[in-house]
Amino acid sequence: MAEEKKELSPELKERLKAGFDQEWRKGQRKAVPVKERMKLPRQKMPEREAAVRNRDFGEVNRGLDSEAAMAEARRCMDCANPQCVGGCPVSIDIPSFVKLVEQGKFIEAAWKIKETNSLPAICGRVCPQESQCEEVCTMKKGTGVPVAIGNLERFVADFERLGGNIKIPEIPPPTGCKVAIIGAGPAGLTVAGDLAKRGHSVTIFEALHISGGVLVYGIPEFRLPKAILKAEVDYLQKLGVRIRTNFVVGKTATIDDLRAEGFEAFFIGSGAGLPNFMKIPGENLVGVYSANEYLTRVNLMRAWDFPNYDTPVFKAKCAAVIGGGNVAMDSVRTSKRLGAERSIIIYRRSRHEMPAREEEVKHAEEEGIEFHFLTTPTRYIGDENGKLRAMECLRMELGEPDASGRRRPVPVKGSEFITEVDLVVVAIGQSPNPLIPQTTPGLKMGKWGNVEVDWKTMATSLEGVYAGGDIIRGGATVILAMGDARNAAAEMDKYLRAKPRP
Amino acid sequence: MAKVLDRRRLVPNLHLIEIHAPEVAKKCRPGQFVIIMPDERGERIPLSIADWDAAKGSVTSVFLLVGTSTHKLSLLKTGDEVPVFVGPLGRESEIRNFGTVVLAGGCFGIGAIYPLARALKAAGNRVITVIDVKAKYLIYWGEKLRAVSDKMIIASRDQALNSKEYIPAKIAEVLHSENPVNRVVAIGCTYLMYACAMATKPLGIKTIVNLNPIMVDGTGMCGACRCTVGGQTKFACVDGPDLDGHEIDWMELFKRRKSYFDDEIQSLCDWEKNQLP
Repeated sequence: MAEEKKELSPELKERLKAGFDQEWRKGQRKAVPVKERMKLPRQKMPEREAAVRNRDFGEVNRGLDSEAAMAEARRCMDCANPQCVGGCPVSIDIPSFVKLVEQGKFIEAAWKIKETNSLPAICGRVCPQESQCEEVCTMKKGTGVPVAIGNLERFVADFERLGGNIKIPEIPPPTGCKVAIIGAGPAGLTVAGDLAKRGHSVTIFEALHISGGVLVYGIPEFRLPKAILKAEVDYLQKLGVRIRTNFVVGKTATIDDLRAEGFEAFFIGSGAGLPNFMKIPGENLVGVYSANEYLTRVNLMRAWDFPNYDTPVFKAKCAAVIGGGNVAMDSVRTSKRLGAERSIIIYRRSRHEMPAREEEVKHAEEEGIEFHFLTTPTRYIGDENGKLRAMECLRMELGEPDASGRRRPVPVKGSEFITEVDLVVVAIGQSPNPLIPQTTPGLKMGKWGNVEVDWKTMATSLEGVYAGGDIIRGGATVILAMGDARNAAAEMDKYLRAKPRP
Repeated sequence: MAKVLDRRRLVPNLHLIEIHAPEVAKKCRPGQFVIIMPDERGERIPLSIADWDAAKGSVTSVFLLVGTSTHKLSLLKTGDEVPVFVGPLGRESEIRNFGTVVLAGGCFGIGAIYPLARALKAAGNRVITVIDVKAKYLIYWGEKLRAVSDKMIIASRDQALNSKEYIPAKIAEVLHSENPVNRVVAIGCTYLMYACAMATKPLGIKTIVNLNPIMVDGTGMCGACRCTVGGQTKFACVDGPDLDGHEIDWMELFKRRKSYFDDEIQSLCDWEKNQLP
């Protein structure tokens, strides 16, 4: 993963400065001294009660109300050198939108975000703000508690949507350039929005029957309600984006076929659709799922509502989820909601090394999820029908740090033990989907099966073909995919405009 | 949405469905499959492609009535629409001049071997088709298959056909009378493919089976269709569906195929109760 702290571009610095120097901002800064702002407590995100919410798929977080949002925005000291913007992969003008919230100008705040981010209701929910914008927030340096930027983003996006007052920006006259985007996930949707706003004719090709990629098949309803995703996709369609679902690029048509049809620029955002397994005995027993399959059945196919929907999913007495990331948290909390008496995380390192967001871990704990750290499965045991009934695990201890800087788990000899489980979800990451690479001659690949790009321009080895998100990174995050997408869109726009026209 | 051009009962329990899908039709190759979803609440299920017409823009599959999804498909009429029809998926079958090829088909596989027979015949092979039917009245596409085969053999338990054998016995006969047979391909229910692979294994004749395990997305994303081939886990949707019949862990495949047996029965019972009050 190439994740580096971004240096702000001169244009962006200038834009931020212009906002900072506006009279109303000056006045607002003066109105409440920094010392006072630092005393204000962070507004708590209201949540549904754990014992209730772990029985259904309703959203956990209820969102701030306008009073709480304004109070939270007041905590932002509107610093002259805002670090938060550099912490955001899509460079949202955070101080401007937060100060608009402080004034109660919620719609204007939403528009401000939408200048650089087409999907704020999603980002406000699923971004790991604590390791991005909020991590570098000056208020965090001062008080230890950053401004709740993510919660504010969610609030204004919801305010705009619920008010039914969604502003469609003015689209410049059509450029006549046809752009094909492969995959309607977070990266593809972002490129589509950015290029449609620049007047290009954009078509997204999506393999599944509903747009959203991981936002629809992976992230559960209780974290990201599908209605919100749908609203954001509808918004893109209002910008003129066409979406062709049930179209597998590489199979239904190749990139070369699409080029022959007149598409001039391409963005590959086909994601990390190839689940990793541990290659241990018993992994193909009935009752062992990849996280992708488990979550797809429940989220995309709505197996939680079986038999009203036709797709089934196993309901367990005791579900074990292998892994410590957000996908593992989503899976284990889903198993609880499907009625498991015990839902367990099995993670080979300690709590400290878990890659999942702190909020997800906290929510999981409140919902009664058990955590077994420093443990790894070694084999799965089935009954005579090939159905999983138990797993053998091994205790681990932490040794020297590995390449990722995290301490390497080392098996404790002779510590094997067997525990009864009737459902296992393997959530140990995924690899880039091979369909496009296999069917696109000349596309340069990296050693992990990822598409190789020039990280400055997101260009692949093929003329006019760009890529971003998990297809270049392996398993990463929604917002990193969107960051790649924004950079790619800017470069694709340049490419299209520089191309000689008849 | 994809339009239904035709849906017909071929023989009891076996139906043909022809869908308007010009882009899919342009790309179809023998051995591939499509994923179809009968309605908005339906399951995504894989169907082997039995024929296509690029000029007309249509793709045809044959399916057996098994569970809720196939029962729903069987009620579709010309002009209806299905929300999902995506493909062609999976790798295409290897087509070249092998010499003599035996194509074994049963159930929906009688339809699915048709494009394979056509392509192998065109590539210069001697094509022997062996189809398995319980009784004479279950034969469909006989003429169509005969037209692209050098020889067609029927395995049946029907006295009217003067036969009382299951398909592996017929294959064994062919392997003796047609020496050498260079390749066998079997398409049909898991048991038929297994039986064919077992019949050819002692003779070491390369036997390809076109697997149809449970799938969800059909593009490699979920891993529902994984099976063990030569000791390694393969995804039938992207590594197959053509796989080596002598290398497959058949017992594992049978068990995985039955993963949702109880759920499937419950689902079908609920559906029937609403359909047939």
